[in-house]
Amino acid sequence: MSAAINTSVSSNNRARIATVWLSGCAGCHMSFLDQDEKIVDLAKKIQVVYGPLVDAKEFPENVEVTLVEGSVANEEQLEVLKDIREKTRVLIAFGDCAVTGNVTALRNSWENSDKEVLERAYKSPEDLQAAVPNMVPKLLIKTRPLHEIVKVDFYIPGCPPSADLINYVLTELLAGKIPNMEGKAKYG
Amino acid sequence: MAENFMITLKIDGVQISVPEGTTILKAAKDNGILIPTLCDLEGLTPYGGCRLCLVEVTGSPKLFTACTTPANPGMDVTTNSERLKNYRKIAVQMLMSERVHMCAVCVANDHCELQALANQLGVNHVAFERHFTREPIDSSHDFLVIDRNRCILCTRCVRVCDKIEGVHTLDLKKRSKNTEVIMDLDEAWGDSCSCTGCRKCAKVCPVGAIYIEGEAMSQTKNPDVAEFITARRNRK
Amino acid sequence: MNLSDIQKIAEEENEFQRAYKYRINVCCSSGCSSFGAFKVLKAFEDAVKEFGVENICKVARTGCVGTCSVGPTVLVDPGEHRYKCVTLENVREIVQGHIVSGIPVKKYLHNHGDFFRKQHRLVLRNAGKIDPTRIQDYISAGGYFALAKCLANMTPQGVIQEILNSGLRGRGGAGFPVGQKWNLVARAHNTPKYIVANLDEGDPGVFANRTLAEADPHAIIEGMVIAGYAIDAQKGYIYIRSEYPLAIEVLQKAITQAKSMNLLGDNILGTQHNFDLELRFGAGAFVAGEETAILMSAEGRRAQPRPRPPYPANQGLWNKPTLIQNVESLANAPLIILNGGTWFKSYGLPNCTGTKCFSLTGEINNPGLIEVPMGISLHEIVYDIGGGIPNGKKFKAVLVGGPSGGCLPESTLEAQIDYDSLKNVGAIMGSGGIVVLNEDACMVDTARYFTDFCIDESCGKCTPCRAGLARVKEVFDKITTGKGELKDIDMLEKTSEYIINASLCGLGQTAPNPILTTLRYFKEEYLEHIINKKCKAGTCFKNENIVEE
Repeated sequence: MSAAINTSVSSNNRARIATVWLSGCAGCHMSFLDQDEKIVDLAKKIQVVYGPLVDAKEFPENVEVTLVEGSVANEEQLEVLKDIREKTRVLIAFGDCAVTGNVTALRNSWENSDKEVLERAYKSPEDLQAAVPNMVPKLLIKTRPLHEIVKVDFYIPGCPPSADLINYVLTELLAGKIPNMEGKAKYG
Repeated sequence: MAENFMITLKIDGVQISVPEGTTILKAAKDNGILIPTLCDLEGLTPYGGCRLCLVEVTGSPKLFTACTTPANPGMDVTTNSERLKNYRKIAVQMLMSERVHMCAVCVANDHCELQALANQLGVNHVAFERHFTREPIDSSHDFLVIDRNRCILCTRCVRVCDKIEGVHTLDLKKRSKNTEVIMDLDEAWGDSCSCTGCRKCAKVCPVGAIYIEGEAMSQTKNPDVAEFITARRNRK
Repeated sequence: MNLSDIQKIAEEENEFQRAYKYRINVCCSSGCSSFGAFKVLKAFEDAVKEFGVENICKVARTGCVGTCSVGPTVLVDPGEHRYKCVTLENVREIVQGHIVSGIPVKKYLHNHGDFFRKQHRLVLRNAGKIDPTRIQDYISAGGYFALAKCLANMTPQGVIQEILNSGLRGRGGAGFPVGQKWNLVARAHNTPKYIVANLDEGDPGVFANRTLAEADPHAIIEGMVIAGYAIDAQKGYIYIRSEYPLAIEVLQKAITQAKSMNLLGDNILGTQHNFDLELRFGAGAFVAGEETAILMSAEGRRAQPRPRPPYPANQGLWNKPTLIQNVESLANAPLIILNGGTWFKSYGLPNCTGTKCFSLTGEINNPGLIEVPMGISLHEIVYDIGGGIPNGKKFKAVLVGGPSGGCLPESTLEAQIDYDSLKNVGAIMGSGGIVVLNEDACMVDTARYFTDFCIDESCGKCTPCRAGLARVKEVFDKITTGKGELKDIDMLEKTSEYIINASLCGLGQTAPNPILTTLRYFKEEYLEHIINKKCKAGTCFKNENIVEE
């Protein structure tokens, strides 16, 4: 994959960036916003076309970079991720959940965790007499990090990744360079 | 005395002199070349298990663990070739995929050698499918806790218990990926009659597998632990 | 006791045996005794008495005669008439026909084809011929003469020189020159020195060392005493797995007998040489056959290999210089001393002398224990000695060297049996297992099976072998359940390469061999599994194979 980010597809010569929130706590998005004054420089170079921070309803075509936060825990997310992959040139696993599964994958230690985790969440304590709601998308047997499902181009581990690291990776990519992660990224 | 006899070898192109009997790891470290390790800890019997400190020696097709191989006169050692870097990355990934290593929810977060190594080597994802073990956590001891799901089987705890504390409460059971650290004859830690509660096992654990309840990790993982162990070991 | 005493025993015993016109050797090795050989032995003894021929016919319990698949086998001398699948019912018929009337009972004779024609039995010289529980039998066959020769006429260095001349290489698999190893230990400064004989065959389908111990225990003992003399060791251990009860029993008896005749213990044969021998029992771990793991286990610790250097020749058992040698190598030593290194060199190849025992198993007409000169081709073993594939099936592959050996296809059958040629085609000598597979075998499944075995047997010490093999197995699980992707082949190759280069001991360093050889020779089967989701052999894609975690 070439690292060069194509800015010509957007009307204002800014790279079309999307952010996606799968099974995660939104902490990575918080960290993204936490770039302080650096986000002003970044904003000049990017156009956020989709994500929890903007209003778009449909994931658009021709996205240059997509930051995907969170792991893939249910069937809906599985479809969403595959769709994103098709429409994105550079897909970045954003944060520990996307890279490793992290907290969301801890249920993988249990067999039938897809059922057990729902029952634990909705039915306990038992006297609550609640039921597992049926509009919840079906959980996968195991929560998976992104790269076990689609091709991932870059990884930014961290829980959350530091704002500086996010800024570094995006800046490097926008400058057409491949970020060197040695000694920079940190799990947890 | 044999210890005073100096030998000369080359590590990463640098000519260095060390006392005879020094391991490659120590020789490199004393000369500012750091070779990554996990199972090795100065003062403990070298183990050669984690395979992170593998180095190349010119003239041999085999790789050698720096922690166990003594430096020989005239040796030409390479510690950081592309192949070795790649192997180290694979080793770290294998260790991370083997059991549950989720840094964000680990007691040793920010004080973990495996985490630090992954960071240092740029292992930003694990290419192998991760395994989620479900070993019960043994917190039956008054203040020592073992979470075998985080264990990387470096056996530092086993060796420190045996050689430094001289008790040998800890040892291994089973084979292959089912290998586990056990107390006495596979009893609950709280029931162990040999454990002296010296805490050395928690201090040497490179990850968050053994920890001390109610004590900050920054205090448990005192960086001077190697010095302490070496001093103890040399005390006759 | 001295040399003349031994000669006297040999003469007396020969005299005693010459008195019998016939000798019925009933194979009572593990294989045949599982078919009831001990009962057959008893039946022969009874029948001989019943027909009143006990004065002309000696019934003897012996070790393996080679043809293990048609047990219990009985060998009647003179003439080496071999009876197969002898049952209690036809014992009387055989005795009546063969011994009383002097006509071999044809319908029970075993037609073994060329099974023995291309073999040279050096190590197994006494197997099936002598009673392993009688030291006199061994002595009458020339046993302990080599030891007497060493002690009387040779210097320790002379013994080592003779072994060096013979070109004998270690039979445990790695092929390190035996004489050189002896030299290393002999030159080590520390004392005391030890000898450890490796009798821990853990490979599935391999039984060569066990059979040797059951058939000719004194050859091992004599070899050890000679080695002890050469390297100045006074204590030896035979490390044997507890799963070999018969071999343990036979060896224990042999040690007791040797001690009682002053062939073990202090002042052996009236000389200054002392050598004591003890058995050490393993709990049956494959890894315990590795030379440093064996030391740990013999010391009474967990059988985990330790890194080399330091090498056992300098720091072995209890950190003392130790000679670790496979029992087959040791059993060769008396022969070399007796007949000379030059004689030994006449067998095999110039750089790989002598013979090697193999356990020949699998889909083959004549399975059994064979001993062939080095340099024989795999083709000869499979088709001439082994008699080809039964039931008109086609040959598919031969697995040489146990679970960490290589799966070799038809095109490599011309490969010679020697350490280097086998390495070139991707296999290893290993402990001497040859498993033949026919067209019904799925090579992906075969590789998966042996990977599974190595995973179970990995000691868990080093990362590549413990974690790496487990990762490899997951890929196999994917491929054999229809979830395979093309990139998995690349992953198998890369991970295998890592495991081979980074593992601590021989187990990890060779465990990926079946994977790499099947990828090298049978890649189309992998592709078929991955792309077409098809398994021609029909072993994969079954529900029970799908591992749900």
